[in-house]
Amino acid sequence: MTTAALTGGFETPPLGSALAFRALLDVMARPGTIRRIEGAAPPAPLSRAAGAVLLTLCDPETPVFLGGAHDRAEVRDWLAFHTGAPVVGAGHCAFALGTWPDLAPLSRYAVGTPDYPDRSATLIVEMPALAAGGVTLRGPGIRDTASLPLPDPAAFRANRALFPLGLDFIFTCGDDIAALPRSVEVL
Amino acid sequence: MTGTVQQADYNFAYLDEQTKRMIRRALLKALAVPGYQVPFASREMPMPYGWGTGGVQVTASVLTPQDRLKVIDQGADDTTNAVSIRRFFEATAGVATTTRTAEATVIQTRHRIPETPLRDDQILVYQVPIPEPLRFLEPRESETRKMHALQEYGLMHVKLYEDIARHGHIATSYAYPVKVEGHYVMDPSPIPKFDNPKLSDCPAIQLFGAGREQRIYALPPHTKVVSLDFEDHPFEASRADHPCSLCGATDTYLDEVITDDAGGRMFICSDTDHCEARRARGHRGKDAA
Repeated sequence: MTTAALTGGFETPPLGSALAFRALLDVMARPGTIRRIEGAAPPAPLSRAAGAVLLTLCDPETPVFLGGAHDRAEVRDWLAFHTGAPVVGAGHCAFALGTWPDLAPLSRYAVGTPDYPDRSATLIVEMPALAAGGVTLRGPGIRDTASLPLPDPAAFRANRALFPLGLDFIFTCGDDIAALPRSVEVL
Repeated sequence: MTGTVQQADYNFAYLDEQTKRMIRRALLKALAVPGYQVPFASREMPMPYGWGTGGVQVTASVLTPQDRLKVIDQGADDTTNAVSIRRFFEATAGVATTTRTAEATVIQTRHRIPETPLRDDQILVYQVPIPEPLRFLEPRESETRKMHALQEYGLMHVKLYEDIARHGHIATSYAYPVKVEGHYVMDPSPIPKFDNPKLSDCPAIQLFGAGREQRIYALPPHTKVVSLDFEDHPFEASRADHPCSLCGATDTYLDEVITDDAGGRMFICSDTDHCEARRARGHRGKDAA
């Protein structure tokens, strides 16, 4: 482990994570909303937003899957030092991190059980760009319709069809996050 | 630490970071499956069960130093429960507090939804005693989980039907069961059924915390919430048929207050902030001083 892994966490963890979580709560409650999330400086190729999500939600109780280029020593060391989260295979993770091609296929992740639909993975998808517009969304958290630039709408429609089971998605790019819970209909 | 007046004796908002992360993960899953009760490892809080330990843990996990917190107990800002929880967060999170609904960003509530319409920049946190709407019909958790999974809610309709058979109408007046987005049946906590219509299409985020029962559930903004009923016995949001004795309001939920031992009584708004604001604007009821 190099000393680089020791830096890049929240300056004041209780306050940094409180502010980051409010952004997360807001985007998960209002699909289509894009919010800034700040305070993390993770090693490449992680975006600052993805770093802040990991710092806010991950700890030794949450196995993390690192997809593709994200599975490298610098990232593992940083994650281990700041969160203590174990790195595991896709089938056992609570959180998965990577670009959309690295995370596919979605069938590898836990979608919960009928008794406990909350026991499902949350995918943190690193996006090349995150701006308003794109595919139309409808459902809980949305007044009429909203939109997000989803990488593969058909995959999200298939995920919605599993409701109340299914995966939940957090999209990250630079300092921005957005989210798509399983409850939302992708038109 | 910049810009806060937090007491250094406590971590921000009392709970340790590991606990907050666990609760925050549960809150995100609860938002993703509206109306589903997510189990969480509820902690001992420095107050007894039944005093809002679930609500306090949810509030502690969503608060930021910039928030302005309002706490109500059956609509009132000045009861012991509301005052002590407000002071708890003043001391442990250093947040500003208020009694005005319009000024609050986070509102923790026991058994009421404020009369003032909520906005999209507000979060309403409910204290929940029994989160499982089917619990008094089926005591086994393993069975109620299955019933939710299969959407087997016939028993709940039988209960409401028995109300009609016995009383001629649905006599359930609080904790009136609702169906969320056509899927999960949810206990809205013991709010009067007068408040049920406000649950649906609400612009604010609604979070529910049950400390003793270790459950968290949620309604994202603009979620469709329908009170269960029958075609020939439609749901009715009832209130006492009186104007408020203090502010004269005819559209608010009223508390009945016994004033002597000779049958004297008055009806006053349960929402103290709403009633005070109306009186400040010059509205007067028949008993106003």
